[in-house]
Amino acid sequence: MSSAPATVAPPHRAPDFRRLVRRHGWTIGVYLLLFALVLYWRSQTTLPWGPFDVQSLAIDALPLAFAACAQAIVVISGGIDLSIGSMMSLVNVVSARLMVDAGFEHALLISVLLVLAAALIGALTGLTIVVTKVADIIVTLAMLFVLGGAALWVLTIPGGGVPAHYASLITVDTVGTKWLPAAVVVLLGAVVLFWATVRRLRPGLALYAVGSNRSAAYLAGVNVPAARIAAYAYSGAFAALGGLALSAASGLGDPHSGDIYTLNSVAAVVLGGVSLLGGVGGLIGPIAAAFVLTLVKTILIIKGVDQNWAQVIQGTLIVLVVMIGGLAIRQKGKSGG
Amino acid sequence: MTAVPERARRRDLRRALVDNPAVVLTFVFVGLFVVTDIVNRAQSGQAFLSPKQVSTTFLYAAVLGLLSAGQTLVMLTAGVDLSVATTATASAFFVSRYGTEGSAKAILIALGVGLAIGAVNGIGVGIFRVNALIMTLGISVITLGVLTVEAQKQFTSLVPNDVVMLGSGRFLTYVPYDLLVWAPVSALIILGLRYSGIGRVIYAVGDNPVAARLAGVRVWQVLLVVYALSGLLSAAAGILLVGFNNAADLGIASPFLLPSVAAVVIGGTSIFGGLGGYAGTILGALILTVLDSLLTILNASQAVRQILYGLIVLALAAIYARATAQSD
Repeated sequence: MSSAPATVAPPHRAPDFRRLVRRHGWTIGVYLLLFALVLYWRSQTTLPWGPFDVQSLAIDALPLAFAACAQAIVVISGGIDLSIGSMMSLVNVVSARLMVDAGFEHALLISVLLVLAAALIGALTGLTIVVTKVADIIVTLAMLFVLGGAALWVLTIPGGGVPAHYASLITVDTVGTKWLPAAVVVLLGAVVLFWATVRRLRPGLALYAVGSNRSAAYLAGVNVPAARIAAYAYSGAFAALGGLALSAASGLGDPHSGDIYTLNSVAAVVLGGVSLLGGVGGLIGPIAAAFVLTLVKTILIIKGVDQNWAQVIQGTLIVLVVMIGGLAIRQKGKSGG
Repeated sequence: MTAVPERARRRDLRRALVDNPAVVLTFVFVGLFVVTDIVNRAQSGQAFLSPKQVSTTFLYAAVLGLLSAGQTLVMLTAGVDLSVATTATASAFFVSRYGTEGSAKAILIALGVGLAIGAVNGIGVGIFRVNALIMTLGISVITLGVLTVEAQKQFTSLVPNDVVMLGSGRFLTYVPYDLLVWAPVSALIILGLRYSGIGRVIYAVGDNPVAARLAGVRVWQVLLVVYALSGLLSAAAGILLVGFNNAADLGIASPFLLPSVAAVVIGGTSIFGGLGGYAGTILGALILTVLDSLLTILNASQAVRQILYGLIVLALAAIYARATAQSD
């Protein structure tokens, strides 16, 4: 009997590792897929690795990565945000208009203010959902129209501009090394900030509680409306960062620049292992999924596939992955009892 | 003592709203029409409340009405179909491509394409249990990509005369031909949902899929049928639309995607399934069509139109949610 603890302890450690794999298996899978894609991508060109590769990937993938984060937070809290694309367009055109003659420091200040303003608009969306009790999908659908209209009102046709130094945030070495565009640092910083405030603090954990089971969260004393509003505020802020990434990448404002990101962000979130039922997932998976989705398209275009076929293949891949994922989850549900 | 009958009356009103959203929505529709009439008289001195304009409203509304018919069926099962617009585009595209080979063949091909797209959605959602949002979105992206490739190969844009007539003509001066499609389809859906076996099962699946399954309903078959029907109805909408525009392009139906969801929601069908019906959706489509006319008359820019459109849809949904809230 006295030896019982000693025999119990090792198996206790082993399930811990298995638990890690089980809990994050999907995310690990996405990273393996990303790794494989990067290797394949590199094998297609004979040129040596260079900062240029990192930059071009960053330019292509960063707006989607931010959009995926924005969507992930709302989906984790049990909602869905269809207004992300319009929010990105709006921030893109407003920044391009305000920054066109601005200096670099001025442009940075504008960026910070825009992120805060977008968080406020997001909070308003959340407040509307909580107060009117209209389904998330409907309110954010309406906001898609409102924000898209606002973007068209700011700039009817593509125009504006950003300081060259600002645009280089996403391309060359303004901060740090040649290999790490500053925009990637911003992405990592934003994720760490989210991690710190959401995964480790009580108000943040409320997001998961609310997304998992709203009634149970309420009964456990969680301020459900506050958590849901916070999720949309976060979403607005991340969407704004995505819009700013668009500005830096393209150097101008286009009222339709964000259109594709509403749908692509949903795809990235699902591929990234966030359950659309809420309460599960993080930002790490969706970010990897954003890079995977971008790389698939890049590789197909390198291979000489027509851009539209690339879109078809990308769409098919998303559907297949989700189908297989659904089957895998059901299989696990059966075996686990 | 006076408070009790007051509350009772409010509860009765609320009951009436929940039971007959169509009555209330008819008031909204007529009211919006009168407002548009007043605005039009102020703007151009012409009446909007005329037989001609009523006829035009129905003519315009048929496309949205058919698209949101499929959307209604899908949403009654607690799903959503984001491929309706692309399916309509595909149908419009195939009508114009095969227009030279006779309108019957062109229409049949278009309907077949719609049915096929819907069936693929149904297989994904029903059998593989893919989230409806993702499945229909993915299929939409795939379809649009294929269409773009096809369009680059060869783009004949001959819309058969019959289709043009069907999509834009009228008979007896005021009756649009497209009502000949929309009205029977509407009757079939409304009666079918109420009286047929599959109609009742659609509500059962939307209300509680587990209970429906335990009661012996083959849920996957119901979902397959519903998504296939949505594809078919979207294809019909695409045929009317290409007839109305007399030309097909790949963006022809995309402006209808979000209104198709909005019309269903305004019509009182719950996005969580099991509650609502097509009668409300018809009025939702009519209301959105008049709203569009009003914004056109106001000469609003695209930007302002979008903003107002979004806000009004939101307001209608909020009022509806408030009026039909279960708790007091």
